[in-house]
Amino acid sequence: MSGLTKKLIAIAGASVFVSSASMAADLTVVSWGGAYTKSQVEAYHKPWMAKSGKAIVSEDYGGGIAEIKAQVESGNVSWDIVDVELSDAIRACDEGLLETIDHSKLPASPDGTPAVEDFLPGTLHDCAVANIVWSSVYVYDKSQTRNWNAPKSMADFFNTQAYPGKRGMRKSPKVTMEFALIADGVPVSEVYNVLSTEEGIARAFAKLDTIKDDVIWWEAGAQPPQLLADGEVIFTTAWNGRIFNAVASEGQKFEMVWDGQIYDLDLWVIPKGSKNKEAALDFLAFSTATEQLAAQASWIPYGPARASAVARIGTYHSDDTIQMASHMPTAPGNFKNALQNDYEFWADNADQLNERFNAWLAK
Amino acid sequence: MADSHIAPLEPITAADGTPLKKKLAQALFRSKVRAVSLVVPLFAFVMVSFVIPIFALMWQGVYNERFSKYTPNLTEQLTSWDGLTEPDEALFAALVADLVVAKKERTIGRIATRVNQEYPGTRSLFTSTARKAKKLTPPFKESVIKVNKKWAKIEVWRAMKLTSQNLTPAFYATALDGRYTVDQGFVQQNENRQIYVTLFWRTFMISASVMGLCLLLGYPVAYLLATLPLRTSNLLMIMVLLPFWTSLLVRTTAWIAILQSQGVINDLLVTFGITADDSRFSLIYNMTGTIIAMTHILLPFMILPLYSVMKTIPPSYMRAARSLGATPTRAFIKVYMPQTIPGVGAGGLLVFILAIGYYITPALVGGQDGQLISNMIAYHMQKSLNWSLAAALGGILLSGVLLLYWAYDRVVGIDNMKLG
Repeated sequence: MSGLTKKLIAIAGASVFVSSASMAADLTVVSWGGAYTKSQVEAYHKPWMAKSGKAIVSEDYGGGIAEIKAQVESGNVSWDIVDVELSDAIRACDEGLLETIDHSKLPASPDGTPAVEDFLPGTLHDCAVANIVWSSVYVYDKSQTRNWNAPKSMADFFNTQAYPGKRGMRKSPKVTMEFALIADGVPVSEVYNVLSTEEGIARAFAKLDTIKDDVIWWEAGAQPPQLLADGEVIFTTAWNGRIFNAVASEGQKFEMVWDGQIYDLDLWVIPKGSKNKEAALDFLAFSTATEQLAAQASWIPYGPARASAVARIGTYHSDDTIQMASHMPTAPGNFKNALQNDYEFWADNADQLNERFNAWLAK
Repeated sequence: MADSHIAPLEPITAADGTPLKKKLAQALFRSKVRAVSLVVPLFAFVMVSFVIPIFALMWQGVYNERFSKYTPNLTEQLTSWDGLTEPDEALFAALVADLVVAKKERTIGRIATRVNQEYPGTRSLFTSTARKAKKLTPPFKESVIKVNKKWAKIEVWRAMKLTSQNLTPAFYATALDGRYTVDQGFVQQNENRQIYVTLFWRTFMISASVMGLCLLLGYPVAYLLATLPLRTSNLLMIMVLLPFWTSLLVRTTAWIAILQSQGVINDLLVTFGITADDSRFSLIYNMTGTIIAMTHILLPFMILPLYSVMKTIPPSYMRAARSLGATPTRAFIKVYMPQTIPGVGAGGLLVFILAIGYYITPALVGGQDGQLISNMIAYHMQKSLNWSLAAALGGILLSGVLLLYWAYDRVVGIDNMKLG
């Protein structure tokens, strides 16, 4: 009996220890994991902890607002600040799941420009402040010798005559349908107008029909570099940061085609009822300061959301020969034919198009 | 003799004088209380962590108050509206009143999302109108339509009337590729959006094939495990259990490396000249890949129940059959196999039920025709946040499994099942 009691005491002691360990966190920061979270830890977390003397616990998640919703509605909010996509930020804000953020509290740029003017257009929202611009592009492997000219446009991605072989695409209507329309000759400025009509949707599916048998569908961001490295596909759509990471740190010879890229924002939001709201606001202001955004850009080629930080982009943290600016989605050479993801269109149509997309896949 | 006649008149008493019958009842009651109080914690745990959540979620599949909760005025007006005539000024006035409050309380997103589920493309209609609602002046019908002419469409109002009813069959209708409408009742979903019925069928077909393959591959292995000498069978058992203890993701990824077109199998086939380099087999990112990977992952769930049943079959039965003149094949089919039925049933049911809920493996190796119904449930739980539709899909899946369980009980008998 005393053996059992001892065991129980030990368990109770251990659980007290565990709970006190988790209480030691002054701030829980949630982001997407991998190379992206690493860039944030280096550029935001470490300097903030040194400055404030508070501890950060970094958690990973896979996007979406399901967890935030569950936490806020159950009244047990354990996440203090979360990195989300724009459409999710707007939606969560509309549903009253987020704290509102006072933009005048954000730090000015080093030359004194107020934050509200320094942030790029469309990056500040009632409940969210953007930190980076990321992009969906398509990629090929330069190290494979093939007898075709290097692809240049989105139309080439869909051209199976000139470029025979399998292609990787994300198993989601978002971005995929826009790519199809761009390849079909719709100007980027017109894509969402066309996609808002029944004929436009049919046109996108008709274009996708032409490559359907040649597509390998991926779901996780780590898959496309792997598919390409294995020679499983000749082209694949991907997130530009992941591809850069494979090139810079794994020595792959991948080349991105920026024509028709679709860019989107990642933003900080604070779930309503966060227990460390003050610390979260302080971290948010700190991490979106010019210096921190510019520092992050030396770890991953996602474009900073502030003009003053864009001007300070340097070289890759471990290799001085890699100029990060030329790898950014917003670099002038890459940005010529770019489309911003329309969060309102997708908020309206995501469910419907997802059903149609899956029905099309199953046909 | 006389004593035995008198005895019934005087009740038999226990040592302390209480009648024995009463004493016995007390003792029985006490042991019952003890037994129940031992079971109560487990029962409560199962109730709280399993039964209640399932019913709460199932309830969401038919009950959704998102709309009516945040639009009290509008809901009242919509209830009295017949859904056929043009919406009148009173409806528009109620709409504006509710939008103003919803904008202030930041609940407009919840209302908009709910209507958007029934009538796609209306989410921004609500959010953008709500931004301007405060400045609108009577007559509201005119001013609201001026903000966005979509408000003149009667379909928008019908969708709102539908969503204002808390108890609704709409989610089950959607889950079965239908639509529930105010004016026509149940109608078929547009052909280009029909997906769920196809996925249900595919899920059942894939699960059934995986179950069949597991039985085919697992039966001989289980037989060897049960009949070989202990040293060899222990080694074999470790080989069955080792992958069983390995992470699901690791095993799935290993299959990708083996099956892909530049993978081990295709490379070997090309090396031996069985296939040409440019016509490698597609073994993955299609249904074949899903079935191979799922069969491998679920195989131990078939082998272990089979083994535990086979272990208990005495070898003397087979010897008896042989000595009575049966050939080895006949003895095996007539004597041995019928005795393994409880294991076959248990393994089959276990594999089938596990297979029906799979979604990580199909998502990774399934390609375009490997999507199963659980992938859609996960989508609606995590991405679209349409928990009611997820609940309806889950409800249908659950009833499918229960139906099979019932059929199994009818044909084989559930008492014949042996899990180990």
